[in-house]
Amino acid sequence: MAFNYDKYLRLEKMPTLWCWGCGDGVILKAFVRAIDKLGINKDDVCVVSGIGCSGRFSSYVDFNTVHTTHGRTVAFATGIKLVNPDKYVICVAGDGDALAIGGNHTIHGCRRNIDITMIVINNFIYGLTNSQTSPTTPQGMWTVSQKAGNIDPTFNATDLAIAAGASFVARETMLDPKKLEKVFVKALEHRGFAFLDVMSNCHINLGRKNKMASAMENLEWIDSITIPKKKYDELSPEEQLNKFPTGILKEDTQAAEYCDMYEEIKKVHQGNRKTITQNDFEKKI
Amino acid sequence: MATREIISSGNELSALAARDAGCKFFGGYPITPSSEIMHEMSDMMPEIGGVCIQMEDEIAGVAAAIGAGMAGVRTMTATSGPGISLKAENLGLAQMTEVPLVVVNVMRGGPSTGLPTRVSQGDVAQAKNPSHGDYKSITLCAGSLSECYTETVRAFNLADRFMQPVFVLLDETIGHMHGKAVVPTEEEIRDGIVPRKQFDGPAEEYFPYQCEHDQPAVLNPMFKGYRYHFTGLHHDKKGFPTEEIETCRKLIQRLEDKVELHKDEIELNEEFFLEDAEVMIVAYGSVSLAAKEAIRHLRAEGIKAGLFRPITLWPSPQDRMRELAARIPKVLCVELNIGQYRDEVQRSTGRLDIEGLFKVNGRPISPYEIVNKVKEL
Repeated sequence: MAFNYDKYLRLEKMPTLWCWGCGDGVILKAFVRAIDKLGINKDDVCVVSGIGCSGRFSSYVDFNTVHTTHGRTVAFATGIKLVNPDKYVICVAGDGDALAIGGNHTIHGCRRNIDITMIVINNFIYGLTNSQTSPTTPQGMWTVSQKAGNIDPTFNATDLAIAAGASFVARETMLDPKKLEKVFVKALEHRGFAFLDVMSNCHINLGRKNKMASAMENLEWIDSITIPKKKYDELSPEEQLNKFPTGILKEDTQAAEYCDMYEEIKKVHQGNRKTITQNDFEKKI
Repeated sequence: MATREIISSGNELSALAARDAGCKFFGGYPITPSSEIMHEMSDMMPEIGGVCIQMEDEIAGVAAAIGAGMAGVRTMTATSGPGISLKAENLGLAQMTEVPLVVVNVMRGGPSTGLPTRVSQGDVAQAKNPSHGDYKSITLCAGSLSECYTETVRAFNLADRFMQPVFVLLDETIGHMHGKAVVPTEEEIRDGIVPRKQFDGPAEEYFPYQCEHDQPAVLNPMFKGYRYHFTGLHHDKKGFPTEEIETCRKLIQRLEDKVELHKDEIELNEEFFLEDAEVMIVAYGSVSLAAKEAIRHLRAEGIKAGLFRPITLWPSPQDRMRELAARIPKVLCVELNIGQYRDEVQRSTGRLDIEGLFKVNGRPISPYEIVNKVKEL
């Protein structure tokens, strides 16, 4: 029997304002399926979105939902999570949202390893505002703010998340919703900061001026620049240069989670344990 | 009222008040001269099962605090002028989504980095409209150590009553002043807590933003079965984005009217020797302490001076100021800025002959400067 999404959607808000053929809807459906697969109660989920096309994600799903300011999803989510450590808090942000204006919060969410799942819908462009360069726009592509061609180096979002300390980092594309669902399940089950770079199309505002004006052409391009991690690792550094590995890129189930660590702070102040010292941590620098 | 004596500083008293008023979350970022508030909260919050977190920047500090407020707990941030500038956009989100929050601003010299360790009252105008758009700020200003405590408590109750951020302005002098404060007992404060309204009917009948034209939203805590939407966009009764003409107009008008039509619940002033006054000094915060001393000296010399001290700066006590200015010939505003509140006194009283004694070099105003100025009038 076909999966019934109705239970999780705010049907009165349909149709979405996303363009025809946009990947956001595919990602939303995969997310909903993951929640369903885990049997999570709708009341136990909070979805926090930022500004941009992805910002509307939160208004379409029937959870506790927050549409925040540009780039600040992780900061708002941190407050929500810290006073509700046993609930599921999910950030949905775009590439501009998560990596440009909100880069600082992304870094520090990863570093704290707070139990938030961050879904970055990466369509390589500022779509809602009509084709300005984003941190992930490939060099040399046309954007409305760099009509002579983008000279800004292209950001690798997962490298950033790994370096910043997220304990779960993965990349998938909207080309394979089944894989996407699986990685969402894994991320939601993971206790710690789960960072997901989900590559998606924007054939309207990235594609039209870069020789991939249809959704299919845009997706074929995404397919051409991604490769499963296992195969990626076998490539030479030169070959790796123009590819992004997909799959789970980092999974550390032992890393201490921030809310759990804060419980120790409470214990100290309530007289139930000694002060935390460097000896409590592996790293002693 | 049962009281107790505490020897402490203004900043620490503000933090203590937050704890006693039921605050469970503090999100902040280090900034002089307000950091002691975060230091205190970092001890007190975990002690009572709450959370204090130092975030990566001022923006995140207020965002985390608002997030906790959206989740349903009493929440706070503290900063100084540059921090408010950074927090401004998210303060607008809290106004638009109607999330209660207490923001303590310990004022230092500005603009920009200004005079970080010195006193100023340069953020008075900023407190009225920190973010873009139309809304009505509530801003309280402590004029003594005791008021650092009592005004912070009042801010929490007003935030929950009006469902919006409430500013508590301290200035560097008050924030770092150390001495004895007489404040209500913890029991008194606890008994006086009026938590935000909640809806307890069936979820399908819950519309957080469907309220009377002059009343705030009714926001239930998250994760309790009442799923709704927060957005900084214009929104409908359930919180969802809309561009419907009447809904948009009513929403913004309500943000104004919920405060404007209930100013009597917010206004608080002190009047000191004003009954027979021929000179009315208008001062607030630490400056009012100097003004009171000046008035004693002036009175000893036969000059009938008195003080009007707004404790609630915004919305301003415009009606009371107009009444007083109608019978008192001379009015002098004394401020550690260049007349940010004098503009309001002029507007409220309809008088353009309001005198000013202003200082913007980071130093306090002494009683004798006020005495001399009054004699010149």
